[in-house]
Amino acid sequence: MNWITNYVRPTINSIFSRREMPENLWSKCPECGTMLFHRELTDNLNVCTNCDHHLGITPRERFRALFDGGAFSEVKVPEPVLDPLHFRDQKKYPDRLRAAQKTTGEAEAMLVGAGEIGRTPVVVAAQDFSFMGGSMGMYVGNAIIAAAEKAVEMKRPLILFSAAGGARMQEGILSLMQMPRTTVAVQMLKEAGLPYIVVLTHPTTGGVTASYAMLGDVHIAEPNALICFAGPRVIEQTIREKLPEGFQRAEYLLDHGMLDRVTHRKHLRDELITITRMLMGLPPAVRGDLPPPEEGPDARPQSEAAAQQALTPDPAAPKAPEKPAKDTPKP
Amino acid sequence: MNYLDFEKPLAEIEGKANELRALAKTSEGMDVEKEAAALDAKAGQMLKDLYGGLTAWRKCQVARHPDRPHCKSYIEALFTEYTPLAGDRNFADDHAVMGGMARLGDRPVMVIGHEKGHDTKTRIERNFGMARPEGYRKAIRLLDLADRFNLPVVTLVDTPGAYPGKGAEERGQSEAIARSTEKSLQIGVPVVSVVIGEGGSGGAVAFATANRVAMLEHSIYSVISPEGCASILWKDAEKMREAAEALRLTAQDLKQLGVVDRIIKEPLGGAQRDRAATIKAVGEALESMIGELADKSRAALIKDRRKKFLDMGRKGLAA
Ligand SMILES: [Zn+2]
Repeated sequence: MNWITNYVRPTINSIFSRREMPENLWSKCPECGTMLFHRELTDNLNVCTNCDHHLGITPRERFRALFDGGAFSEVKVPEPVLDPLHFRDQKKYPDRLRAAQKTTGEAEAMLVGAGEIGRTPVVVAAQDFSFMGGSMGMYVGNAIIAAAEKAVEMKRPLILFSAAGGARMQEGILSLMQMPRTTVAVQMLKEAGLPYIVVLTHPTTGGVTASYAMLGDVHIAEPNALICFAGPRVIEQTIREKLPEGFQRAEYLLDHGMLDRVTHRKHLRDELITITRMLMGLPPAVRGDLPPPEEGPDARPQSEAAAQQALTPDPAAPKAPEKPAKDTPKP
Repeated sequence: MNYLDFEKPLAEIEGKANELRALAKTSEGMDVEKEAAALDAKAGQMLKDLYGGLTAWRKCQVARHPDRPHCKSYIEALFTEYTPLAGDRNFADDHAVMGGMARLGDRPVMVIGHEKGHDTKTRIERNFGMARPEGYRKAIRLLDLADRFNLPVVTLVDTPGAYPGKGAEERGQSEAIARSTEKSLQIGVPVVSVVIGEGGSGGAVAFATANRVAMLEHSIYSVISPEGCASILWKDAEKMREAAEALRLTAQDLKQLGVVDRIIKEPLGGAQRDRAATIKAVGEALESMIGELADKSRAALIKDRRKKFLDMGRKGLAA
């Protein structure tokens, strides 16, 4: 257990990252219209405090909340050939890429990290919908392969958060080829006997759903996430009829047998810990066996937050998992 | 003979030649052959010019030409003892996907392909070559069978894409496609694939995850249809010519990108002008591709296929 990486670094990180954010920022919940204070929203993992609507969350924000103390080491992704087709629509593809890099501060649409969740060593990959719609091009393919290779090398489970409008058109056929490429990555994990858990988040569509997102050992989705191959508009145009309420949403897919679970974001971490520990043959997670150090005003170690949630479960939470308290004895 | 819009001038000349010859048959002693031959020559030259430099969009049109040989034409002409196998053992038999055991020469193989149909009735029956989950699950079953009994697999790709329908989504279109790609990567027998017309996106990729992939000279293979791409990136579906060009979806582009291994030459004026010659050329390519893989062990075949896809994307097109 590394005290420094797990507690001190994230505290420093969180101080710095907080500074980058404008203090007086409000955003409106797209579902219920409630005005949410930025800080309040971030503290609630970007879930509306009024209606439980799950807003988008960047991989870095997710990792900060997911990994023990927010600490992880970034897994390096091999750089692909830039703009292999010399693609140009109304804009040049490299210009679109640069614009996305500028607004997100990220290199590309997927982040891979290795670290621990509930003292369970894992590799996690998360797709960034805010980066060109999370689209799957060669970089995302390389990231998934790198994540699988790292997981195999470290003998750890891979947890993947999907979020994408589909394949990246600007890379043409090479983006389509990420479907078989990422499937090879999944096979590496299966052959090594390592769990591959997919968390499908809003939205997961097209070639992404039709490859690595549907090949998990366990499929978990966030509430109300759109998950499909063909989007609802395309289908409506094809069959010329209105689609039923909730069509292609997470709960609908759960009913149709495509998912194992639909889980509220605030319960996700505990659930992932429980599942990965069982699949890896580890004893139940024990929380709080290491007292957290003195906290700064902004430090909020996840294990403690999770323990609080376990004490006060939200009765309104849809499809809440078994209470983590059951299989995770508290001190 | 169906003419494409850019073939209109050609249609006029060929029409004139036909008319002349028909006229000569009814009117005694009229000699038109010299004039008709001149028109033939002109048409021949025009065909050469048109097909020598097809734009990407025109290639899309040729790839979708209704008179091109389809999967069924190849199966009937190239294979013997074709024994169709039906159903996914779960829900239905998808007629957009043909498949079964057959002999290519003496060799027993498993052949699987998308069939679009050739007239209104068969097109509806075949759902225009757009498979539902049952089609992909039937393919998985046949791939598995081929694997257990050591039959090389031949796939013929010709689909606008997987069917975007309500039932297809409810029954797990994504999962079915993902699993068929997975199965294609797992089997220890040679898998060879030819894109014979349209290689439409995710609906095509599962069938084209092969050790060797060939494309007919005027076939296309793309992540999205040019119309779909135009409506998303140009916000105007009429910009499909620009989109087709930008997507680099021709056989020639894909060969350069290292995505396909070989291009099978089509007769002058496209496959639709000489179906028999096209089918023969595809047959020769299949024999040759299977021949290249025949001596490889099961493990080597799986490794070869994986490496092929992992290595993809290492090169771009020349500026
Ligand atoms: Zn709300």
